[in-house]
Amino acid sequence: METLETIMAKHDFLSRMKKPHLKILSGCASNVVFKPDQYIFHEGERADRFYLIRAGKVAIEIRSPEKDSITIDTVGQGEVIGWSWLVPPYRWHFDARAVELTRAIALDGRCLRTKCERDHDLGYELLKRFTNVVVQRLSATRLQLLDLYGNPLKRSKK
Amino acid sequence: MSISTENPMLTTPFRIKGVRKETHDTFTLELESQNGKFSFEPGQFNMLYVYGIGEVPISISSDPTKPDGRLTHTAREVGVVTKAMKQMRTGDTLGVRGPFGTRWPLEEAVGRDVVIVTGGIGLAPLRPALYQLIAKRNQYRKVVLLYGARTPDEILYQKELQKWGGEFDLEVHVTVDRATGAWRGNVGVVTTLISRALFDPSNAIAMVCGPEIMMRYTIQELGKRGISNERIYVSMERNMKCAIGFCGHCQFGPMFVCQDGPVFQFNQIAPFFGKQEV
Ligand SMILES: Cc1cc2nc3c(=O)[nH]c(=O)nc-3n(C[C@H](O)[C@H](O)[C@H](O)COP(=O)(O)OP(=O)(O)OC[C@H]3O[C@@H](n4cnc5c(N)ncnc54)[C@H](O)[C@@H]3O)c2cc1C
Ligand code: FES
Repeated sequence: METLETIMAKHDFLSRMKKPHLKILSGCASNVVFKPDQYIFHEGERADRFYLIRAGKVAIEIRSPEKDSITIDTVGQGEVIGWSWLVPPYRWHFDARAVELTRAIALDGRCLRTKCERDHDLGYELLKRFTNVVVQRLSATRLQLLDLYGNPLKRSKK
Repeated sequence: MSISTENPMLTTPFRIKGVRKETHDTFTLELESQNGKFSFEPGQFNMLYVYGIGEVPISISSDPTKPDGRLTHTAREVGVVTKAMKQMRTGDTLGVRGPFGTRWPLEEAVGRDVVIVTGGIGLAPLRPALYQLIAKRNQYRKVVLLYGARTPDEILYQKELQKWGGEFDLEVHVTVDRATGAWRGNVGVVTTLISRALFDPSNAIAMVCGPEIMMRYTIQELGKRGISNERIYVSMERNMKCAIGFCGHCQFGPMFVCQDGPVFQFNQIAPFFGKQEV
C-alpha cells in the first residue's frame, strides 16, 4: 500500500531525499484535494503550509490596481507552491487558485520549522531545494517582464 | 525547386487568394502560383515584394506535403512593408522570389523524439515542419510542441493547435505570458514548459524559433535537460536584401543567414549567438 512517505519519495521536489528526512517530512504532511476554482490561499493570510502538487494545475494570481485577478504563473504536477512559510512574517504574497481538480500533499510549515531548527541537515536540504525553485521562478519572471513577443512597432510608439 | 531558378533576383507575381486575420497584428496571406506548382522545404522563406513599397523575407507557413501551388505566409505588422502587406486584399498581386535557405532537420529526426519550442510569430516557420511530422508521424517517436504567446488572444493557429494535440498524437503545450480570469491554460514563459515535457533527452532533436532572447533561454533549458548543441536547431533572422549571398546584409558571424541559414545547427553558431552586432 502506498503511504504518504512513499508518495512523497516519488515527487520531483523531493527526489533523492534521504529516507530519515522523508520520514520526518511525512510526519508533517497530509493529503489535500482542491476543486476547480477553489482558492488554496489568499494574499496576506498566514502562510503555515506548502504544497507538493501531485496532479492538476494551480494559478498563482495577483490583484491588479483595478482589483482584477491576473495570473502570473501556473504550477502543475511535480512542482511545489509556497515558500512564504520559510520567511518571516510568514504571510502569503499571492493568491493561489486551483484551475482544475488538484491533488496535493500539504506540509505543515510550523511543524517543519521546528524540526529544521532541531535538524540543520534537514533544514539545509530543504533550503537548497527551495532556493532552486525560487531562482528558477525569478528568472522566468524576469523573462516574462521583458515582454518577449511585444510588437516593436507598438514599443516605438510608446 | 524554386520558381525562378534561372534568375534568383527575378520576382514572380502571385495573386492573393485569401487573407486571414490571425491576431490583432498578424495575418496569413494565401497566394496562388500561376502554374499551380510550388515546392519548398520546411524552414525556407520567400522574399515577398509589395510593389512600390519594398521587399521582405517571410517564412513559408503552408504544407510542403501538398505542393499544389497553395502557398501561405504568416506575417506580423512591424514596419513599412509588413504594414502595406497587411492592407492587401484578395485579388491583389504580390511579388515572390524563392524559396531560399536551409530546412528544418526532419530527415535527421527520423527515429527520434522531436521537441519543438517556439514563441510568438515563431510558430509560423515551424508549421510546415509540423505538417510534415504529422504526414509521416510513424517515422518519429514522441513529438512535443511547446508554444508560448503573449496573451490568449495572440495565440496563432488556435484551431490547428487543438487539432494537432487532439487528433495527431502530438503532445501540445501552450503557455501565455499574461492572462486574466477566463484562461484555464498555462501561464509563464515557454521555457518553463521544457522541464515539464515528457521526452527522452538522450535521443531527442530540438527545433527552436522565436525572438533571440527566448531562444537563448530555451537552449539553456534544453541543455539542462540533456539535449546537446548538435541536436538543437534554431531559425535566425537578419535584415536581408538579395537573399542569395551577394550583398552581405544578413551577415551573422562568418555566415550569411540567407544561404547558410535561416535554420542552423546550434553548435555551428554557438560562439557568436547572442552577441551584439554579429
Ligand atoms: C529568414 C527570415 C524569415 C522571416 N519570417 C518571418 C515570418 O514568417 N513572419 C514575419 O512576420 N516576419 C518574418 N521575418 C521578419 C520580417 O522579415 C521582418 O519583420 C520584416 O522585414 C520587417 O519589414 P518592415 O518593412 O515591415 O519593417 P521595418 O520598417 O524594416 O522595421 C520596423 C521596425 O521593426 C523592427 N523590426 C524589423 N524586423 C523585425 C523583426 N524580425 N523582429 C523584431 N523587430 C523587427 C525594426 O528594427 C524597426 O524598428 C523573417 C525574417 C527573416 C530573416
Ligand atoms: S541578404 Fe544579401 S547576402 Fe544575405
